[in-house]
Amino acid sequence: MSYSVTEPSQRQKWFAGILVVGYALITILPLVWIIATSFKSPADAIAYPPKTFFTPTVEGYVNVFTTRTRLTEEQLKAVGEPQTWYERLVRKDGLVISGPSRFAERFTNSVIIGFGSTVLCIVLGTAAAYAFSRFKVPLKDDLLFFILSTRMMPPIAVAIPIFLMFRSLGLNDTHAGMILLYTAVNLSLSVWLLKGFIDEIPVEYEEAALIDGYTRFQAFYKVVLPQAATGIASTAIFCLIFAWNEYAFAVLLTSGNAQTAPPFIPTIIGVSGQDWPAVAAGATLFLVPVMVFTILLRKHLLRGITFGAVRK
Amino acid sequence: MAQIRIQNVRKEFGAFTAVRSSSFTIEDGEFFMLLGPSGCGKTTTLRMMAGLELPTSGEIFIDGEEVGMKPASKRDIAFVFQMFALYPHMNVRKNISYPLVSQGLRGEEVRSRVAEVARILKIETILDKPVGGLSGGDRQRVALGRAIVRRPKAFFMDEPLGALDAEFREHMAEELRALHDRMGATTVYVTHDQLEAMQMGDKIVVMNHGVVEQFGKPQQIYDWPATKFVAQFIGSPPMNFLEFEGMIGVGGGAIDLGGIEVKVPTSREGRAGRLTLGVRPEHVKFVSDGGYRGRVSAVEYLGTTQIVTLATSHGDLKARISSGHRVQEGEQIGLEFDARTLSVFDAETGKVLLSDGNQGVLRHG
Repeated sequence: MSYSVTEPSQRQKWFAGILVVGYALITILPLVWIIATSFKSPADAIAYPPKTFFTPTVEGYVNVFTTRTRLTEEQLKAVGEPQTWYERLVRKDGLVISGPSRFAERFTNSVIIGFGSTVLCIVLGTAAAYAFSRFKVPLKDDLLFFILSTRMMPPIAVAIPIFLMFRSLGLNDTHAGMILLYTAVNLSLSVWLLKGFIDEIPVEYEEAALIDGYTRFQAFYKVVLPQAATGIASTAIFCLIFAWNEYAFAVLLTSGNAQTAPPFIPTIIGVSGQDWPAVAAGATLFLVPVMVFTILLRKHLLRGITFGAVRK
Repeated sequence: MAQIRIQNVRKEFGAFTAVRSSSFTIEDGEFFMLLGPSGCGKTTTLRMMAGLELPTSGEIFIDGEEVGMKPASKRDIAFVFQMFALYPHMNVRKNISYPLVSQGLRGEEVRSRVAEVARILKIETILDKPVGGLSGGDRQRVALGRAIVRRPKAFFMDEPLGALDAEFREHMAEELRALHDRMGATTVYVTHDQLEAMQMGDKIVVMNHGVVEQFGKPQQIYDWPATKFVAQFIGSPPMNFLEFEGMIGVGGGAIDLGGIEVKVPTSREGRAGRLTLGVRPEHVKFVSDGGYRGRVSAVEYLGTTQIVTLATSHGDLKARISSGHRVQEGEQIGLEFDARTLSVFDAETGKVLLSDGNQGVLRHG
C-alpha cells in the first residue's frame, strides 16, 4: 500500500462518503416526509406511530385545488352521481366540490412575483456590478457599503415603514409592489455577488472586443455576459429562493389580490378539519418551480467556462 | 500601414502621473519597441495609442489623423495582450473571425481570410478546437491570428511573449519578427526585456518614470546612452560607472581619473564638478603596464567570455574578456579603456555630455 500526501486513503474516502450520505439523509428526510404526507389520507397523515407504508391517494392534491361542501343525504341525491374521478374521490366522505380553491391563483402570484423580482434583480444587479467593477465610480467603496448595509438587519425590521409607504403609494397588495420589495431586498446580495464574479473576468476580454470594433455595450453583451453566466445563474437561484419562500412580508402586505403561496398554504388547513395531506400537497407543488429552475441552471453552476483561456 | 506620431502626450491617474510629455515618431513599417522597467509608463503609452486610455493632454496621430480622443474601435488597429485574451467561450476559428464579423463581413469572405491567416501561422489543424486546451504557443498564435486577420493599420503588442516559457520565447520572437518582415506592418511592442528589445526592434524608446529617456536604433542606444539610466538598463552586465570629481572643457579630449589621464571622445560641452565616466565591460582591456589599476575580486565564466570584477579606486568595475585569458582572484591588473567608446555623464543630472562620439546620435532626439 502506497501513501500519498494529496490522495485520500481508502479509509478517508469511506469516512467522507458516509458523512456525505448521512448529511444528505438528514436534509432529505423532511422533504420525503412532506411528499409522503401529500399522498396519504388524512387519517394516515396523523396516525401514530407514523405509517411508512400506506395506500397512496391523491386526495390531498384534489383538496388543495378545490373547496368542498358537506351535504345531507337528500341533497346528495339531488346533486346526482359524481361525474369525474375527483368528484368520486371526495364523495366517499359525503362531500361535493363546490368550486376551485384559490391555490392556483396564489401559485401564479408566486410565480409572477418570484420570477419577476429575480429577473429585475439580475438585470439591475449585473448592470450595477459591471459599473462598480469596471468604471471609476465616485465614492465607490462608500456606495458599496451603503448597498450592503441594507442587509445588516433583518428586512422585516423595517416592515412598518414599508407598510406605511406602500399604503400611501397604493402598492399594498399589488404584484408590482411585491416585485419591487423583493428586488430591493435582494439587490444588495445580487450586486455584491455579481461584482465578485465580474471582477474575476479579465478586463482584457472587453478591451480586445473594443479593439475588434465592438461598442462598449456589445463587448459587455457578447463577451462579459457569457463568461458571467455561472455567476448570474447562482445569483438568480439565490434571489429566486428568497423571493419564493418569503413569508413575513407576504402576510403583511398582501391579501386578496397579490397574495403569494406561502401565506396561503397554512390557511388550507382550516377549510375542513385538519387537512394535513392538502397542506403537504400544496408545499410539494410549491417546491417544484424552484427545483426545476435550479436543475435547469445546474449546468452553468458546475461548468467553469473560463478554464484555460487565460494564463494567470 | 501607418506612421504613428506621439506629441507631448501626458497621462495622469488622479495625483499620479504615468506619462509626462512624451514625443516620438514611429515610421511606417517599423518594428518599434517601448522599453522600460515596470511602472515606467510604457504600457500606458501603448494603451493611449490603442485608444484603451485617453491622454490627459497631447496628441496622437495615426497616418496624419489626430486620434487621441477616438475610441479604440475607430482606430483600425490590432492589439495583442500579454494574457492573450482569447474569448474563452468560442473556439479558435470563432476567435479569429470575431473582428471580421464586427466589420460586417460574412460567410465565404470570413472563411477564406481565416484560412489564409491559419496557413501563415500554421494553425490549420486546431481551428475547430476550443481555446481552453491549447498550449501557450498555440494560444499566442491564435491571438496573433485575431490581430492580423483584420489587416489593420498597425499592431500593438503588450509583452506578448511575457507569458511564455523561456525556451519557447526565443522561438516565438523569431516567428514574430519574421511575420513582421513578411507583412511590413507598423508594429509597436512593449517589453521590459532589453535583450528582446535589441533582438527584435528596428527602433527603441527607453522610458523611465513616465519620461522618454532615449529614442533610437538599438545599437545607437547601446553605444551612446543619453542618460545614466539607459546606460544601466541596457546591456548585461550594464555599463560601468566610475564617479570622480573633475572637469572637462569644450574640445577637451581627456579627463583626470585619480591622477591618471584617460582619453575620451572630444567633448562638445564643458562641465566641472561631479562627473561619471561610463565604460562598457567589453571596452575594458587588460594591460601589464597601465597606469589605472584594479584588483580582481570575482570571475564569472560564461563560455566564450568571462566577466571579471575588479575593485578600483573609483568603485567596482566589470570587464568582459575572452575566456582564454587566465585571471586569478586577488591579482592586480593594469586597465585601459577604448577611448572611442567612452561616455562622460554629469553625475547630478544623469545626462551624458555631448561629444564627437554621441552627438550624431543624440542631436535629432
